Amino acid sequence: MSVQPPTLEAHRLGYRRGARWLLRGIDLRLSGGELAVLLGPNGAGKTTLLRLLAGELHPSEGEVRWGGRPLGQLPPLAQARERAVFSQHQELAFPFSAYEVAFLGRLPHLEGRPETSHDHQVTRQALHQTDSAHLAERAYPSLSGGEAVRVALARVLAQEPRLLLLDEPTNHLDPPHQLEVLRLLLAQSRAGRTVMAVLHDLNLAALFADRLLLLHQGRLVADGPPAEVLTAGRLEAVYGLKAAVMQHPSGRPWVLPLL
Amino acid sequence: MPPLSQALEAAHARRLRRYRLVLLALGLLLLPSLLLALGLGVYRITWQEWPQVLQGGEAYLVLTQIRLPRVLLAALVGGLWGLSGAVLQGLFRTPLADPALIGMGAGGALGAALWSFGMSGAWMLYGLPLAALAGTLLAVALVWRLAYREGQVQVTTLILVGVIFSTVAGALIGLLGLLGGEAQSRDFTFWTQGGFSGSNWALVGPLAGLGLLAGGLLLRLAPWLNALVLGEREARMLGLDVVRFKRRALWGVALAVGVAVAGGGVIAFVGLLAPQLFRWLAGPDHRYALPGALLLGALLGVWSDLLARLLAAPLEVPLSFLTALVGGPLFLWMLVQRVRL
Repeated sequence: MSVQPPTLEAHRLGYRRGARWLLRGIDLRLSGGELAVLLGPNGAGKTTLLRLLAGELHPSEGEVRWGGRPLGQLPPLAQARERAVFSQHQELAFPFSAYEVAFLGRLPHLEGRPETSHDHQVTRQALHQTDSAHLAERAYPSLSGGEAVRVALARVLAQEPRLLLLDEPTNHLDPPHQLEVLRLLLAQSRAGRTVMAVLHDLNLAALFADRLLLLHQGRLVADGPPAEVLTAGRLEAVYGLKAAVMQHPSGRPWVLPLL
Repeated sequence: MPPLSQALEAAHARRLRRYRLVLLALGLLLLPSLLLALGLGVYRITWQEWPQVLQGGEAYLVLTQIRLPRVLLAALVGGLWGLSGAVLQGLFRTPLADPALIGMGAGGALGAALWSFGMSGAWMLYGLPLAALAGTLLAVALVWRLAYREGQVQVTTLILVGVIFSTVAGALIGLLGLLGGEAQSRDFTFWTQGGFSGSNWALVGPLAGLGLLAGGLLLRLAPWLNALVLGEREARMLGLDVVRFKRRALWGVALAVGVAVAGGGVIAFVGLLAPQLFRWLAGPDHRYALPGALLLGALLGVWSDLLARLLAAPLEVPLSFLTALVGGPLFLWMLVQRVRL
């Protein structure tokens, strides 16, 4: 389980829509075992960066490499066996059960072979891990926002990716389930997977992340451990937020907005 | 194993059993339905007469030359409508997409009507499904162009474009019929209203070949249609080459609808009814829903053709009249519900 996955690297990554650069000059290197969290104000380019790293968008300049190879050169199916992406859930027009939705994560592994009991075991385990096993038989469209997020997370885990990219996985979740998801992501990274999540909650990020990446106007302005990245000066410069940075009992930084 | 896992496993086994039981039951229903449809009609063959009939004579001719090709064609055409409806709904991510409603049927009918107006003999017969295919392709290209925005199909636009396209195509077919005189005119209503009165082996042969091809193509799409349920982005992230897949699926549906129209004109609502009934009976998993919609469509085809022959015998009721009476209200109800079921 803890075989080191390949490294995810971005070299001088840029993405342009029309004449406007949404992202430019991004250099980063993510390896297995650490939990990275991508932060930044609205419109900073977080989702765009995630989609570039996922191979969903093609960079306008620079490139993304997974294990030394340009990610975009892998066929879609091979990409899906390596990386999974969690994005904001969509409405389903058909009454698939939560279990059937989670099982879709096995799809990239099922090409050219029939499903086995192992596939279902992986699916069940994923549902347990996201505290959604009791929802398995409910129709997915009938789930609440938070329940649907957990089932969608189970689907991503069932994909058994070595690279896990998540766009706001704590959206719609109540505080205990937010903590639960962050613990889960931490455990995934400790199992050797490469994990990067976009979060909005600075404190949640500070509590769990090994490493924070801060985007501002399409540029990566900070990359390091939470205590280095979250400084009062930087928060003011990037978010325009007046805040005192305190210390959480865990020793992590704790951002306290000032009125 | 913890008890919750056992419960999950049991629930999964139950769901699987239900899918398979419903499929099996539909398959088992088809055979007696075919036999019944073979025996009933203006020329009635009772059960007792069967052994005698099979030995030859007039009844034998009626059975093998008129009724058998007709019943098989009804099953094939109904099955193709059901299957292509199920695929289209998965692709467009809405249970309201019936290929007949979104204009593909009318496109095919226009193609077929034009062809039968200008051609005759073997040319007419073998080219017919391809002419219908050209029409369905035209319709689907138009509908796709207008209703597809940023990875989503706009359902309202889809249906509106379908209705308008169908009306225009129907008007063109009507005019074409008038150009051909009164005899032609009666034939041409067949294209827009559906029916199997002209069936014979020469028609069924090529259609069966092309129909099987389309069916095989479409059935293989099932696993990835499940992924598309999550949306195009998610399907892409699960490893699907979305652009290629959609192209393949639309060609398959166009071919299936082309064959169906060439064989029986436009039959409304079977493409809506068959998949929806299967989802109610068993569930939405396309790996089962595609063959399920195929079987249900075949049953609907055979039974509605039988009713069409019997209700006003010796006259025949156009098939779409019957399917619309059941399908129309269901469609309205689904529209009101914006179906979650």
